[in-house]
Amino acid sequence: MIWGSPAEFLEMGGYAFYVWGSFGVTAAALVIETILLRKRRTDAIVELRREIAARSKSPT
Amino acid sequence: MSNRLINWFRFSSPQAFYPLAGKMTPWFVALAVLFGVTGLWVSFFVAPVDAQQGQGYRIIFVHVPASWMSMFLYVVMAAWAGFGLAFNTRLSSMMASAIAPTGAMFAFLSLWSGALWGKPMWGTWWVWDARLTSELILLFLYLGFIALQAAIDDPRRADKAGAILALVGVINVPIIYFSVKWWNTLHQGASVSLTRSPSMAQTMLWGMLLMALAFWMYSIAAALVRVRAIMLERERHAGWVEDLPEMRA
Repeated sequence: MIWGSPAEFLEMGGYAFYVWGSFGVTAAALVIETILLRKRRTDAIVELRREIAARSKSPT
Repeated sequence: MSNRLINWFRFSSPQAFYPLAGKMTPWFVALAVLFGVTGLWVSFFVAPVDAQQGQGYRIIFVHVPASWMSMFLYVVMAAWAGFGLAFNTRLSSMMASAIAPTGAMFAFLSLWSGALWGKPMWGTWWVWDARLTSELILLFLYLGFIALQAAIDDPRRADKAGAILALVGVINVPIIYFSVKWWNTLHQGASVSLTRSPSMAQTMLWGMLLMALAFWMYSIAAALVRVRAIMLERERHAGWVEDLPEMRA
């Protein structure tokens, strides 16, 4: 086993800031992109539903 | 043979690809999670400590896969953009636009994790080294592609202008790849090469490959979700969009 204790794992041999800074920001970026993608999809659907509703109300 | 061709081209229309992309997305998400969990396990609990860099070297498991993805996604994006330009297929250009933000994100993560690796090992966050500078240019190419497309109102013209930018920018990818050979740089040479056996422990290599696979599957899933959103935005007046089950409130 590489790590003696959870604290040792978190310390990363003194490189905690650099290692967790890399992995943390990467994880955050993936989560943020996922949230933004979901928002883009729901926004598009809401907008389209509104358009469709408006079209069906005033047929030209 | 001809049958197969017809089947493939069937999915080149947004109308046919939209439901297919929706069905494929959960599978790629599942694969991304699977590879990500095993990749992180290998990165932190299997790969041994490095003789020179101690535990700090573990940044490699996010830095190298992110850098690979940033270059690979650029080539894929340019290829789709090129297809769109050559064959005037709407879906190809939409795929290019769908890949760009994810590629930009990986280029940023490559630079970010590189800075956090450079500080403890080289003593500096940044140097104007050939590898680092060409990767920064890659990020700017992605951002330029996104900004150019956003600046042109007509989507078909935006596709064409973006495609030309993307295709010209492809020249930067081999420059990044070979930069550590062509110039005497601070950045180390390739740890993994196609032509010789890797200069690292087997478990380290496995960690990197698993993380790269996780990023790859994630990128496919993200591109599929984004391309579906782009279809809804662009094809808003098409009948098939109106008939989608999502549109029934």
